[in-house]
Amino acid sequence: MQPLTLNFRVTTDDFSLAGQASSAVKHTLKDLGFATDIVRRTAIAMYEAEINMVIHANGGNITVTITPEEICAVFADIGPGIPDIPLAMQEGYSTATEDVRDLGFGAGMGLPNIKKFTDELDIQTKLGVGTTVTMRIFVK
Amino acid sequence: MSKIVHSVTLDSSLCKGCTSCVKHCPTEAIRVRDKKAVIIKERCVDCGNCIRICPHHAKKGVVDPFSILSNWEYTVALPAPTLYAQFKDLLDRNVLLTALKHIGFDDVFEVSAAAEIISAATSTDLTFKDMPKPLISSACPAVVRIIRVRFPSLIPHLVTYRSPMELAARWAGRLAVKKTGLPREKIGCIFISPCPAKSTSRRTPIGTHVSAVDGVVSIAELYPRLHVAMKQVDKPEQLAHSSTIGVNWALSGGESQATASQNHICADGMDNVIRILEALEDDKISNVDFVELNACVGGCVGGALTVENPFIARTQMERLMKQFAPVLPPQDIPLDDLSWDDPVEFEPVMQLDSNIVNAMDKLSRIKELEEHFNGMDCGACGAPSCRALAEDIVGGFASEDQCIFLIREKLQKLLDQMPKEKASEEENAK
Repeated sequence: MQPLTLNFRVTTDDFSLAGQASSAVKHTLKDLGFATDIVRRTAIAMYEAEINMVIHANGGNITVTITPEEICAVFADIGPGIPDIPLAMQEGYSTATEDVRDLGFGAGMGLPNIKKFTDELDIQTKLGVGTTVTMRIFVK
Repeated sequence: MSKIVHSVTLDSSLCKGCTSCVKHCPTEAIRVRDKKAVIIKERCVDCGNCIRICPHHAKKGVVDPFSILSNWEYTVALPAPTLYAQFKDLLDRNVLLTALKHIGFDDVFEVSAAAEIISAATSTDLTFKDMPKPLISSACPAVVRIIRVRFPSLIPHLVTYRSPMELAARWAGRLAVKKTGLPREKIGCIFISPCPAKSTSRRTPIGTHVSAVDGVVSIAELYPRLHVAMKQVDKPEQLAHSSTIGVNWALSGGESQATASQNHICADGMDNVIRILEALEDDKISNVDFVELNACVGGCVGGALTVENPFIARTQMERLMKQFAPVLPPQDIPLDDLSWDDPVEFEPVMQLDSNIVNAMDKLSRIKELEEHFNGMDCGACGAPSCRALAEDIVGGFASEDQCIFLIREKLQKLLDQMPKEKASEEENAK
């Protein structure tokens, strides 16, 4: 059984487009008949990561791999990197600019929410090089 | 899976196979096959979009004919409040309600009276902390249906009270038994409907096994009769027993007002309804405690079985409501009868396959096919989009040859080969 792979490109600073990848994956998972809870968790976690890419990293690439056992989404960007991951994981901590906060984003709940809604979260980051966030949701 | 009986039908002699309905169906439930529109019944939500959009008037709402009244000894009209909005000079709704008796009904029970009770109960529910917020109105059957087939995670948010139509029929039936002494089966409670979806929810009830509504006739059929009968009413009976709170339900926003929710969203028209449901599903709406959704533009006044344009109907309704005198609510009605008997359940009709492995295999084939198509979504194949054609091919309902662009390519290849063949034939002749 070949895993199903979906690729998306997230472009910079366009909040109106942010969420397209998570929305497309949500529809795909629904079509495939994944359980409501799996669809919901994937959609919410992916949306947060997508928004992060737009706010902090000028966009990037998303690769989603779907098998009957798990959903894996990899968010790769060439942004500034995360200096202190434990700090970034704290609820309420954000480095988002005032402009972004005015739009209602940057509440510091992005990574904590991703952690909450996924089964596995891995963050690889290098300052000035970029960040790769890998999240997994297990079906059982 | 429930065997749903729909209320939209096709007059195939009028259908030109033009794909207007195919393109405007919110659940991609229609295909043109053999030059005629076909409804995939599991997917249809009875929203009535196809009835409104068909330029040839080939799509029709299936309701009962007015002659159905002769099936019972005693009949009660249950007018949807939308009925009141159809008449431009109506200043006293008792004239209209009395006219219903003139055309053949024995009694009248305003559905808006039941709507008021449901609003009051919902309003109380909103004050409870353990309610799933926001609550989503379950009054529009097309909205309930689309949630059941496409948004299962929102099912727990639905208001679990009977619809105003269903509640009105239960109460009107009991009152009529008391008043006449007849057994319930000799009494017909007939809903006067703005839409075909209400007819479906009589035959396939929501949240209960058997509907208390005995028949559903359309506003459109009664309109001309009532128009004439109203002129002959010189002494209107006092039949009204609801206030503007219930009557306002006919207009989009009316139910939210009746529920007295401080933070509500109200959307109408199927496209907008779907947009809100998507946003709710993605947790993108916060600080809202009530969501009112109506499949028809403008609310029930936009129903496919009405006569007046929904925007004019709104103005007429607002004018009429200004004339409302205070009335007594209906007496002797039991308030313990509000809730659904059975929960509504998810119906996974949109899934590619009941088995995930098979579904993934189908999706891979669909994506492969999509690459072949030019993505114009022209509809010439009879499916609403290239993606839908790909789904149909994988499902075994269609073939690639239905795509006119692929056929054109094939034809071009044949044509390209022809001169060569001709040339070689001439060569051989020499």
